Amino acid sequence: MSMRTPLKTIRYLGSAKDGTSHFWQQRLTAVANVPLVIGFVILVIMLSGATHAEFVATAGSPLGAVFLIAAVLSVTWHMRLGMQVVIEDYIHSEGLKIVLILGNTFFTAAIALVSVFSILKLSFGG
Amino acid sequence: MSETTPNSNPRIGADRPLSPHLQVYRPLFTMMMSIVHRITGVGLYFGMFLLAWWLFAAASGPDYFNWVQGAFGSWFGQVILFGFTWALLHHMLGGLRHFVWDTGRGFGQVARETMAKATLAGSVILTVVVWIIGYMVR
Repeated sequence: MSMRTPLKTIRYLGSAKDGTSHFWQQRLTAVANVPLVIGFVILVIMLSGATHAEFVATAGSPLGAVFLIAAVLSVTWHMRLGMQVVIEDYIHSEGLKIVLILGNTFFTAAIALVSVFSILKLSFGG
Repeated sequence: MSETTPNSNPRIGADRPLSPHLQVYRPLFTMMMSIVHRITGVGLYFGMFLLAWWLFAAASGPDYFNWVQGAFGSWFGQVILFGFTWALLHHMLGGLRHFVWDTGRGFGQVARETMAKATLAGSVILTVVVWIIGYMVR
């Protein structure tokens, strides 16, 4: 007969202690994404057949660069939150889940870093 | 008998009633739209690689940028980008639907069916409009 109390088996399996912050950030970035995505679609239409010089002039202009960086940051943060939920919903093996959640952060951070650096280079470095 | 980890606890694997999951339901339109919202989200997640690639190519110089522009302009690239556009607009309109639900409205049978149909129709129409404009200004 086990001498352990039932509390032992359920401790640390409950709430993540961060309340509604995940949900709130998901919605916050979703609200930001609406105008950013609409502007992004318009920008892509403008640049779809652009030469390199045209692309640099538009995407690297102060307005274009600030707008693109805002869009990239909001979208990648939203992506990270969304994919985390998908992983938590479908992956039940604890080890794989942790690996994928780490990978999720690395992937979204890489997308953000590559994009932001590229935009800054277009803007500052030509 | 030792019960050291939660997984080795025989009570956790016991025959308990499970909550009903997808396979016990008849497919419903709103349910399919919910699934599509998630699938488009996952698709966009990986599709964002294309944006990073485009920007990276522009930062790398004219030669590489022209090559990437050529790849995006090929028929295969255009099919991918058309799908990306639809997924983006569908996910955005689906998000607007969630904002309505967040206010506590739109849960009635008529409202949720109407919003689901508007999301689907709107995403297809907007995608076509965006691409027509895209080819016109090119």
